[in-house]
Amino acid sequence: MTENPKSNDIIRKTEAARKAANMPDYQESYDSFSWTDAQSLLDRLPGGHLNIAHEAIDRHLATGHGDQIAMRWIAKSGDRTDFTYAELSQLTNRFANILRENGLTKGDRVYALLGRVPELYIAALGTLKAGCVFCPLFSAFGPEPIKARMEIGGANALVTSSRLYSRKVAGIRAALPALKTVFTVDGDVADTVALDPLMDAASDQFATEKTDPEDAALLHFTSGTTGKPKGVVHVHQAVVAHNATGRMALDLKPDDIYWCTADPGWVTGTSYGIIAPLTNRCTMIVDEAEFDADRWYDILESEAVNVWYTAPTAIRMLMKAGPKAIGTHQFPKLRFMASVGEPLNPEAVKWGQTTFGQPFHDNWWQTETGGIMIANYAAMDVKPGSMGKPLPGIVAGIAEIAGSEITQIDTPMTIGELVIRPGWPSMMRGYLNEQARYDKCFKGDWYLSGDLAMRDADGYFWFVGRADDLIKSAGHLIGPFEVESALMEHPAVTEVAVIGLPDETAGQIVKAYVALKPGHAPDEALRLELLGHARKRLGPAVAPKEIAFRQNLPKTRSGKIMRRLLRARELGLPEGDISTLESDEK
Amino acid sequence: MTQSDLREILIKHLGGIAPEIDIATINTTADLRDECDIDSMDFLKLITALGRELSCPMPEADYDQMRSFDDMLGYLKTYAA
Repeated sequence: MTENPKSNDIIRKTEAARKAANMPDYQESYDSFSWTDAQSLLDRLPGGHLNIAHEAIDRHLATGHGDQIAMRWIAKSGDRTDFTYAELSQLTNRFANILRENGLTKGDRVYALLGRVPELYIAALGTLKAGCVFCPLFSAFGPEPIKARMEIGGANALVTSSRLYSRKVAGIRAALPALKTVFTVDGDVADTVALDPLMDAASDQFATEKTDPEDAALLHFTSGTTGKPKGVVHVHQAVVAHNATGRMALDLKPDDIYWCTADPGWVTGTSYGIIAPLTNRCTMIVDEAEFDADRWYDILESEAVNVWYTAPTAIRMLMKAGPKAIGTHQFPKLRFMASVGEPLNPEAVKWGQTTFGQPFHDNWWQTETGGIMIANYAAMDVKPGSMGKPLPGIVAGIAEIAGSEITQIDTPMTIGELVIRPGWPSMMRGYLNEQARYDKCFKGDWYLSGDLAMRDADGYFWFVGRADDLIKSAGHLIGPFEVESALMEHPAVTEVAVIGLPDETAGQIVKAYVALKPGHAPDEALRLELLGHARKRLGPAVAPKEIAFRQNLPKTRSGKIMRRLLRARELGLPEGDISTLESDEK
Repeated sequence: MTQSDLREILIKHLGGIAPEIDIATINTTADLRDECDIDSMDFLKLITALGRELSCPMPEADYDQMRSFDDMLGYLKTYAA
């Protein structure tokens, strides 16, 4: 349980920092905020229409900012390529025209399976311009997670690379009848269309689809403890929240150099790695490469980054790399640092203060909420380890839930479920084709987050844990079921349980306990074979990092594997209520 | 230690992390993380395992000299042979 910190742990903001912030007085903004006012910060299309891509790109051309750099792309080689707002407008127009020429119409689902290359960003925004629904997939997924997500969403088109296609999609293509067209960004392989020549030939003029604010725009997948991944639907209206929360929670200002290190395969990399920075007319930095301490310090310094939004795993890796990695780097332009993905431990918040002269500002939200809900702000004192206070426009509570009853808990520092009053613009509009699972997210007047938290006497929220078995590794939410299912496919395996174990760098790592069928020996060769099998199907981000053999796994009377018990034993914690245990671990 | 000894050791440790990858089929001049589908954590594991076996400090500052399979082999040849 998180302790309420002593007052000398609080990181106080200076008067100058408060005055310079977009939101100088949190309480005043909270009391006076309305989503209608937030909406008026945007343009909208004639007739009450709203399209995210117009708000992100084209409206800035109309105000004379076409020459500003919208995106600076840093290739793995270190080469920089700049795209101005005017260029981004033309490129996304070309992409939207290509979708039309290939028969894709409003509401069709366009998926992307790409590393962080410019085409990913062009495809995202061009898809929105065409009124299609954009669904980014993380490129480190293996064929099984890709197939599940494309089936559930009914993917009509895919933008990928020839390498990713050959390795991960070609083998599952036959199982995806709705997938009409696959575009490859680097030349063509069989059954795909090369994107480059089409981009050259397409017109750079396109009339942005006049989408209704409630038309679907984005599809993000999130994992459940059991069952298939859930397709979370967001609409164009969400841009009102992306824009406003970018201003208030990330302190984004026009002309800022902004670096969000998240991959668009996860919701952060789309909401705050594409939409919020562009609607706020920032210059966004996109780095193709994976984490590397030296490279990151170089980018922060040489690109003169003003606002940096990253994740606990990366921060912990930077801490590990030590002062030597920072060397002589200096960051005089760095104004605001934020973190999301899992709770940021107090040491990391304070490390920010000693290393950069400012704390990391932790914030909390979920794929379902579409945007930041609770945050630490530029002008608000930081209590290290706390997720901060609800955004203006967001009503959050701590509740006790018993059956159909939901009761608000007002006593400070009491654990309950974190709940939010629905009605903000970026709230999900549904889980695709899963009405029952969607309905389960609400009780009374509240959206249930599934996270346990506490609120202190000053109104700061403190994260306690997940209410279920979901694993959070390097900021990615992993459902044990998906991993277990992949291992179960192996002929030697009879049962599997997957849990998350604490890891100082990744937060949690995935560990699998495997019981074998008779006639198979639990040796190193088989362990490696299972590891390879899981990696091939799931990819490195989801596959277990550790595999252990067991003769039997602990199960309840109803046959449910007791992951909680495995976890308690692994960590030497009390076993708790084992009254339902029928068959124990061996 | 010869080039081929080092190659064997590198392949052995890659095999412990990404056993499904056939090293004969990878592009040895391209990004090793892409070619073998290994993430940052796996990469750190690989470096730690190699560093331990070869008693070779492999500092983070040198990671840019270990991007591809061939780069890595070259690095090991210089510092661990």
